[in-house]
Amino acid sequence: MVTTPSFPSEPPDVVSLESNVEARFETAVSVSQRRGEDISIVVRRAAALPALCKFLFGDTGCSFGGLIVEERKEDWHLLYLFHLPGTGWIHVTLQLPLENSTVPSISPQVHAADWYEREAEDLFGLRFEEHPRLGDFILHDQVWQEGLAPMRRAFDPGQVHLERCPNQEWRPNLVVKDPGAFAMPVGPVYEGGLGESIHFLLETVGEDVIRASPRLFYKYRAVEKIAEGKAVSDGLLLAERFAAKSAFAHSLAYCQAVEKATHLEVPVRARRLRVVLSELERLRHHAGAIEAICQSTALNVSEAQAAIIEEQLLRASCCFTGHRYLFGLNAPGGLRRDFDGPACQALLAAVEAALARLRRLEHRLRYTSSFLDRLEDVGVVTAEAARDLDLLGPVGRASGLANDLRRVWPYAGYRESAFEVACEKEGDGYARLRVLFFEAQQSGRLIHQAIEALQPGEVWAEGQRMVPGPTLGWAEAPIGATVHWLRLDEDGRIDRYRILSPSFRNWLGFHVAVENFAFQDFPIILATFGLSATECDR
Amino acid sequence: MASWFWYGLRNGIQSTRYPQAPELAPGVSPGRPLDTLFPDAAEAARAAANCPVNAITAVASFANVDFRKCIYCQRCHFGAPDQLHWDSSFEWTQAHSTPGGYQPLPGEFSHSLHVIVVDAGDCGACLNEVKQLNNPLYNMHRLGIFFTPTPRAADVLLVVGPVSENMRGPLVKTYEAMPDPKRVVAVGTCAITGGVFGRTFVSAGGLGSVLPVDLEVPGDPPPPLAVLHGLLAVTGRKQPAPAADNFHKGSL
Repeated sequence: MVTTPSFPSEPPDVVSLESNVEARFETAVSVSQRRGEDISIVVRRAAALPALCKFLFGDTGCSFGGLIVEERKEDWHLLYLFHLPGTGWIHVTLQLPLENSTVPSISPQVHAADWYEREAEDLFGLRFEEHPRLGDFILHDQVWQEGLAPMRRAFDPGQVHLERCPNQEWRPNLVVKDPGAFAMPVGPVYEGGLGESIHFLLETVGEDVIRASPRLFYKYRAVEKIAEGKAVSDGLLLAERFAAKSAFAHSLAYCQAVEKATHLEVPVRARRLRVVLSELERLRHHAGAIEAICQSTALNVSEAQAAIIEEQLLRASCCFTGHRYLFGLNAPGGLRRDFDGPACQALLAAVEAALARLRRLEHRLRYTSSFLDRLEDVGVVTAEAARDLDLLGPVGRASGLANDLRRVWPYAGYRESAFEVACEKEGDGYARLRVLFFEAQQSGRLIHQAIEALQPGEVWAEGQRMVPGPTLGWAEAPIGATVHWLRLDEDGRIDRYRILSPSFRNWLGFHVAVENFAFQDFPIILATFGLSATECDR
Repeated sequence: MASWFWYGLRNGIQSTRYPQAPELAPGVSPGRPLDTLFPDAAEAARAAANCPVNAITAVASFANVDFRKCIYCQRCHFGAPDQLHWDSSFEWTQAHSTPGGYQPLPGEFSHSLHVIVVDAGDCGACLNEVKQLNNPLYNMHRLGIFFTPTPRAADVLLVVGPVSENMRGPLVKTYEAMPDPKRVVAVGTCAITGGVFGRTFVSAGGLGSVLPVDLEVPGDPPPPLAVLHGLLAVTGRKQPAPAADNFHKGSL
């Protein structure tokens, strides 16, 4: 059922990638500066950008990491992140003078970049030429006027009483124009408010839903903006609290970025404990995601049993760390506290109990045909569509995309850990459920290994002087790869903070899965995607 | 289907007996810092300076905690040179300082209370903890408390999150659609003072500036039983802590 994805036996030739790019684009780009393993490509002629990105994403098979926009003193810095297993991160940078805010769009070539460009347009006021759809995105047009550009340096986020002239004429953009077509609105307050605040427009002509467009960003709190100027230790509080269900993974990515800037070597014990805590979070998250899937199919006993597992893991997390959502543990340089032997053994026992319960639940679900009927062939994302939008995490892995940062770019103690990466081919709701169950068992295995391998030692190392400049940290969060990018200034404060979150990417892929389906399948598709609005909205 | 029935039965009743009996299972609450008397004023001042959100104020040798601002980062506990005492309870609900004091809902509601939740920019933790009340381990239904999908049938509005600007409209509409009498409960530090998101152009810095708040459940996030304590306080089955003077000190 589950196959370990194969990776190229020898790393792709970095030199050939460089020379290929140079040969194709000649003077339009300059490939340079191998910082460690990373490749830096500076785009000299803006017009060459789309073709270059198409070459990297389409022809070379790189994954798209995201777009990072910075307003520097005299120019715009646009950083397009790519990565290819075996090479390093590929930084494609484009600089434009500040007065020129027109950028060629890469979305027609790299579909995964669509939302990143819409976001940059809304928050920075950049114009992306030839982008199919700009405007109303993060700042909703019925609340805010166009052209606010709150991420610009001159904008003060503390303006509590900002003058508003929202667009009263704003109406949702309906795609289905057939006679008799209508749209059923769902949200932002639905399911008794127990669902996150998202609005869906289900466009239909009667029986089947033809298209469902999610409208997100109801929860936009400008995390990246308010982080600017903060001390690194205060930024950590934001990294931990913008998406609490993956708090540990996000704070880990953040801390690893800071550790890189300070050239910090994290002690071995802390690296192994970080694996324990990351996997504990993944296990608890997946138990909750499985519960949501059971709930969406109205199989109440399974929902109740999965809910018990989730709560018991929350309690085990609390007994182990003192916080049910693992807040306050990570710090640049390691962990804020150590755990003794008996605590680790108690955690292992709790994890084993949860895994045994999960196995029993999985076995029952697998032989309940009425349950499987609701999941099979529902919300299908084909391998081509998944690759086209470069989906991350369990959603991508259910469609044959085995990009797991724990394997591709091992961090913390993952280099010395043995585990399998889930990979399914069908891309339907059931495949996504199988990936969740499989990953939960692998998390148990990783926790076991890491605790067995613990050696006495320090869990925190003091930092040296912080080197100002950009720095990158990443982790495989339960929903997928998360990348935190920081620029630190001369005083060691945050100059610009960028969170490339997995939900932001996967919500874009949600569009593909919700086309032509029956009304009653909608909650199931939503639950099998298991996406977080708060992680997307920031 | 019959096998599911037996599978469910075999696992037995696991619900807590709270509020009839105290819940002592480990891990139901992360606890919170307590006002602490230090040997000298300098240590209390150091403990206060160590707090990243200024929730601790030093008064002579006392370090007092403002739970409306505390984000439960535990920096005053683990690894801190000047540790605060720790309290492991969960009955944290406080009355908001409404003029005339807090009035619980009349007795008719005490065993039939319908709750609607609005996620106004929550990070996911508070919402998940509220959701756990439907979990068999807490089983809020046994107390006659239910979540309802429509504001028309709701008696209590639970709000999580600092109130993001894009959610302000839907939140106010939900409140206005609820029939009287109704009560509003702010759940979590973000809903009380904005927490780490503060007061900005996109965050109202807490529910108080948007709607009249009756009760506050502090915590980041408050555990499920703390939220349940708050819901019991709505109908007067539990007593909230009074709006003490010191917890408004330095509030927004």
